[in-house]
Amino acid sequence: MMDRLLFGDNQFFGVNHMSEEKARSQALRFQDIGAVIDVLDAAYDEGIRTFMCTTHDRVSLVCDQVRANPARYQDFLFYPCMPYAHKYANAVTEDGMLGALKRFLPDQGLVDTIRRGAIAVARKDIEEVTTLLVDAEMKMFSGLNTPVVFLQNVVVDFLMGLGFNEAFRIFADYVKNRYNAEPGFITMNLPMLLTVLEDVGVENPIVCSNINKIGFRMCGGFDAYESALKEKRFRAVAMSVLASGAIPADEAIEWVCEQPNIEAIVFGASSHGNIKRTRELVDQYWNREAAVGNR
Amino acid sequence: MVGLGKMGLSHQSIINMHPNVKLAAVCDSTGFLLDVLNKYTGVRTFSDYDEMLDNAELDAVIISTPSRLHAEMVRNALEHDVHVFCEKPFVLDTVQGKELARLATERSLVNQVGYHCRFVAAFQEAKRLLDAGAIGKVTHALAESYGPVVLKPTGSTWRTKRSEGGGCLYDYAAHPINLLTWYFGAPKAVAGTVINNVFSSETDDEVYSTFYFPTGTTAQLSVNWTDESCRKMTTKLTIWGTAGKIYVDRQEVQAYLRDTAPLPSGYKKGWNVRYTTELTEPVQFYLRGEEYSSQLDYFIRCIESRQSENANSFESALLTDNVISAMKKDAGKGARLDIDDTEAEGTVAHGLRWWSRWLAPWASRSKS
Repeated sequence: MMDRLLFGDNQFFGVNHMSEEKARSQALRFQDIGAVIDVLDAAYDEGIRTFMCTTHDRVSLVCDQVRANPARYQDFLFYPCMPYAHKYANAVTEDGMLGALKRFLPDQGLVDTIRRGAIAVARKDIEEVTTLLVDAEMKMFSGLNTPVVFLQNVVVDFLMGLGFNEAFRIFADYVKNRYNAEPGFITMNLPMLLTVLEDVGVENPIVCSNINKIGFRMCGGFDAYESALKEKRFRAVAMSVLASGAIPADEAIEWVCEQPNIEAIVFGASSHGNIKRTRELVDQYWNREAAVGNR
Repeated sequence: MVGLGKMGLSHQSIINMHPNVKLAAVCDSTGFLLDVLNKYTGVRTFSDYDEMLDNAELDAVIISTPSRLHAEMVRNALEHDVHVFCEKPFVLDTVQGKELARLATERSLVNQVGYHCRFVAAFQEAKRLLDAGAIGKVTHALAESYGPVVLKPTGSTWRTKRSEGGGCLYDYAAHPINLLTWYFGAPKAVAGTVINNVFSSETDDEVYSTFYFPTGTTAQLSVNWTDESCRKMTTKLTIWGTAGKIYVDRQEVQAYLRDTAPLPSGYKKGWNVRYTTELTEPVQFYLRGEEYSSQLDYFIRCIESRQSENANSFESALLTDNVISAMKKDAGKGARLDIDDTEAEGTVAHGLRWWSRWLAPWASRSKS
């Protein structure tokens, strides 16, 4: 069972889907990792103990902090979301496809095999590349609690677009076997992804997608999301509930708490006040819904 | 699909999800990539472009190869009566480009270039405001792009060679230049172009220039891809007019409107802000920004409706290519006004004036 409220990390790394100005001022504010940890502490003390975070280089500093203070962070959970895609995209621009692969794969021999082979790339090669990339991204979380490991939307949606659906199976199996964790998938195309995951036999998957009252970046359409939530068997995590601030918090959370089968909400906040307020709103609306449901 | 680099694979993923499209084949020179794609996605693969055009029964092709290969590949496709979507920049040789634009029009084929900024809702809204005259007569624009691509001396790929259409000028600057030509048409002159390398050895990393438009509007371009302070590529324009100012990037439009020009509906005097969340139309499949999906969907719709006078046409993309080649010439000229010389000149002139003024009474006295 996931916690109902998960703490996201966009605000820490200059990601804001509405305003570059705001993104920059957040990047400025959080360039000292101490400022990030202060906010995470505030969330943790509000009972929000799951940090759903990109495998950004700077997250390793948060990992160090948690590792160094096991008593303080006894219940702290990480949900890593991999990979931090810009790192790879910029590397491809600089070094080309193989060059980038070479840069990120610890085992140089494998890249040479791929390059030399040029004819046949077996499933085991694909599996090996996948596992090496996953391991490289998971390294910073060594010794920490990572019960769910997500694949980022840009990778999920890219692979789904290509029709490389087998990759989801490989990722899911590896995360379960090697890390004893639940695989999670982030997507901007929830209805389509659910069908694909069903096809490759990833059962009752954890899937995180935008779910908000105004249908912002809910591709496939609002109605398809509604019926997926009602009819499909999956564990929904809602993100972008406020649609980057386009919906007032109270209204946004009341609406999302009314939707069926949402297991968790991931949200980002930069101040203790906003964290507290979000927690209180969720307590207020979700408990009421649960109470109505039980009646 | 031909050319499976970063953009090519992204296009492949998007077009493959389009409900009205069947991805017939992909073509690339990298064997292992074709092998993986064929084995895991079932797509038919070719390592020879001509062979694909001859055998794959195509209605359309998406060309996403290194820029120096565009012209020849576009020509082959057009000669096979195949609609063409070509990645930006369109061509390196503008004479060839003109010929290709003519060929596409002659054959009534849809011809589109991947300037995706024109499909970003915020940039579209700015265009709407400018066309409505919301900020009056535009006097000046500042077009900027920054990003963290080259942060240290690096190895060599086609993207790091200007001769192949790589570098900051072709890769980054093409976008803001294209937006300027969309908003204000073709500039009649460029000046003060700076094309520098910072870390790259075979291409440019920063580009600056001044453009002069026939209407009297001027624009300045400032582009740098060695800027680590940006998380990813960011393109923004600031536009000054007699009746206000517009700031626009892919997330938002901020418009300051004086009421000396008619206010567009929904806008008020003073600051107005429109965010991407309210401006953007949903897309059928989202990969990495609505604009990438919208531009391909638009390409398909143009083919379906046989509309070959499309947005981002070869001809419109050529305006950008023309500006780029003018900038290269301008930078190569190296003409500039040296401060030491002007200072010396200025001092002499100033001195002469001073002496002549001081001597004037004497001169006139001696006359009398």
